[in-house]
Amino acid sequence: MTALLAYTIFGLVTGGAYAVVAGGLVLTYSTSKVFNVGHGAIGMVMAFLYWELAENRGLPQWLALLIVVGGCAPLFGLLIERFVMRRLAGAPVGITLVAGVGVLVGLIGAAQAIWPPQARPVRPFLDQYGVHIGQSFVSGHDLVTLLCAVLVAGGLYILLNRTRTGLAMRACVDAPELAALYGTRPYRLSALSWAIGSALAALGGILLTPVVQLDYVTMTLLVITAYTAALVGRLRSLPWTFVGALGLGLVQSYAVAYLPSSPFWIAFRAAIPALLLFVVLLAMPQSPLRIGGVRGSRGVAVPTGLATGVGAAIFLGVVLALALLVDGVVAGQLALGLVFGIVLLSMVLLTGYGGVVSLGQFTFVGVGAVTVARLGSSSPLALLAGAAVAAAIGALIALTVLRVSGLYLALATLGFAQLMDKLVLQSPIAFGVRGSLQVPKLVGSPAAQLILAAGVFAVVGAGVLAVRRGRLGRRMIAVKDSSAACATLGMNVRWIRVWVFSLSAAIAGLAGGLFAQLRETVAASDFQLFNNLPLLLFAVIAGVTSVSGAALGGLLLMLLPVLQSGFPAFAGAAVVLLGVAAAGLARDPNGLVSWFFRAWSWRRA
Amino acid sequence: MSMLRVEGVTVRFGEVTAIDDVTLSASPGVTGLIGPNGAGKTTLFDVISGLRKPSAGRVLLDDADITAKGPHQRSRLGVARTFQRLEVFGSLTVWENVVVALESRRRSSRLASELLDRVGIAEFAANQADTVPTGAARLLELARALATDPQLLLLDEPSSGLDRAETDAFGELLQQLSAEGRAVVLVEHDMDLVMNYCDHVHVLNLGRLLTSGTPSEIRSHEGVREAYLG
Repeated sequence: MTALLAYTIFGLVTGGAYAVVAGGLVLTYSTSKVFNVGHGAIGMVMAFLYWELAENRGLPQWLALLIVVGGCAPLFGLLIERFVMRRLAGAPVGITLVAGVGVLVGLIGAAQAIWPPQARPVRPFLDQYGVHIGQSFVSGHDLVTLLCAVLVAGGLYILLNRTRTGLAMRACVDAPELAALYGTRPYRLSALSWAIGSALAALGGILLTPVVQLDYVTMTLLVITAYTAALVGRLRSLPWTFVGALGLGLVQSYAVAYLPSSPFWIAFRAAIPALLLFVVLLAMPQSPLRIGGVRGSRGVAVPTGLATGVGAAIFLGVVLALALLVDGVVAGQLALGLVFGIVLLSMVLLTGYGGVVSLGQFTFVGVGAVTVARLGSSSPLALLAGAAVAAAIGALIALTVLRVSGLYLALATLGFAQLMDKLVLQSPIAFGVRGSLQVPKLVGSPAAQLILAAGVFAVVGAGVLAVRRGRLGRRMIAVKDSSAACATLGMNVRWIRVWVFSLSAAIAGLAGGLFAQLRETVAASDFQLFNNLPLLLFAVIAGVTSVSGAALGGLLLMLLPVLQSGFPAFAGAAVVLLGVAAAGLARDPNGLVSWFFRAWSWRRA
Repeated sequence: MSMLRVEGVTVRFGEVTAIDDVTLSASPGVTGLIGPNGAGKTTLFDVISGLRKPSAGRVLLDDADITAKGPHQRSRLGVARTFQRLEVFGSLTVWENVVVALESRRRSSRLASELLDRVGIAEFAANQADTVPTGAARLLELARALATDPQLLLLDEPSSGLDRAETDAFGELLQQLSAEGRAVVLVEHDMDLVMNYCDHVHVLNLGRLLTSGTPSEIRSHEGVREAYLG
């Protein structure tokens, strides 16, 4: 009984901190219709800043808290709103998501550059105080957390329901132009909501540091719990979001207390936030088919079959020449770049053509790699088996989340990636918790690896273009532009999505097999959730609508760690640059390669 | 015999009742569905085509209850529609828009040029669909709907954006479709078009069926004038 009480209090306290973070997320979403994926990263950076002021520079805790939550965080929110999000007003959900991921990755890079890895203990608030409830002790920090949650809940409620500003904020979501006619200034309101949102992310982050430790990725991904809480409130209702947050805190606390401590259950506990995200998404009502207005996007020109053949021949010729000229190290790196390029081809299909943003594509690469590793062979048949297993899992995930679309679907892929990482890839049937697997090479020399990767890339790339020119490609784009019209023309749009998911997963799985035999040693950490984010960013920066974009993106993705180890001082800066570039370029998914195409057609004209 | 029957359909959005217990039918030929803005015409189309579930009531096609069926299943039973707010596939060419529809019904893509010709927009075939004028885009939606070879065709304000000559051509096309034995339901603000080409007209006002009758009966109906003039 005593234990139950103690764990209940602990759960409520953690839930209270989640509620603060989730409240900020709902506020920014409900006033700007941009779901801030980088919300957790803002909290993370602000928590580091708090450490810097309160622990490193020795400022009093309350002063540091005031400076960070009352000054730096709102200011940062204003900057993000002004320079990233405002330009994306009314953009499709995929674009705002990518911009948010850009912010997230950029912030992690910045934090790593400013605060190199080391242990950073943070003192809890009021640590000399506390009260006893029965036999359990509630610390001063716990009380502060609960108090903050109550104040934030009350404050947000009053702001939105009892003030003119709040009324105007709610009006602006529905019709910004109309609200502007009545004298409100939508930008100012949106800026205000971003400022408050970031302040709440910072407050929640700081309150949680004594619980979760100051770490770049852990704290950033803590936001998954906030996402889940916000989804309980359907991204609109603050009271339900708070209920959701407290519930999540309790579930996690009870899981720590009462689940057995075998390795499986330890992994299971780590997967609880993602699992709950999934459950909440499955309980969402069917998304209605959106009606209203022409949507279209200008892709890069699709080459004919002949042009594809010529292009592939030139590409293979160039690679062959390179294989003969460059040394083994460079050949191996280029081969890796092209393997990443194949992963990006899977995103050309899914995101570029199908308009579905996946935050879990690297997981399918992991599935392909595990399959090949477990088969103990890298024969072409084993590679195909890897593709087949990935395709089956891709179909399964698409079937599970058949009901949701857009933002919810993207979040589902995120939850899926986290679940697969914790429950499957790190389990004994795959790599094991810190384990790795050996994979025999299919071909020996780096030059041969390069030619192999280029050959597969050319075949898959030609295949992707053939799909685009054919029936399935037309359907995918039709579904992206108007699912409602597709349905009234007799297409079962959900099945088309299952096909696309499955095909795309197959390509990623194939790339996974190639990756495994190229690396020879693979581990679960190669495919963790976070690796998906740079993948998505490079896809968008290089161009997610074309095969050449995939090749360029793959090479850039391979170059990132090479450059980082070559110039360690700029390792963080490179990641910041990546995030900034993606946030800036998100508007045009045709990416950098489309500039080359345009320059080329201009020359010929 | 009526091909389409809507029985006691009610649609509520929260507190607001958009359609209130509407019963009407449509037979082969052209049936007009008119009413002031906000009368519930488009919402009724959404219910008939399966994009929106009614709060109450049934939709019957050839006497079979299709209320529980999804939009793609209804399409396969012969229901097609166009949209008041355009839903063309903007990233595809005009020709590809029609081909997608043909392919979804396993019909030959060679019919596409014929269909574009029939609605009079063959000149735009190679243009990306989000670049063509509104009138042409409306006709493209019609061509795309016809590509499914529908028995019941729901047209939502097809003539807005068309000039006089194009509207006349469209009227002739309506007659042809009617002669082919299809049931066409026309939501339209162009009263000349409604009066000249419809066999039967239903009038909706504020979500309720105000009256039904032949065009001349509707023209002389007191309540209809009041509804329009407020």
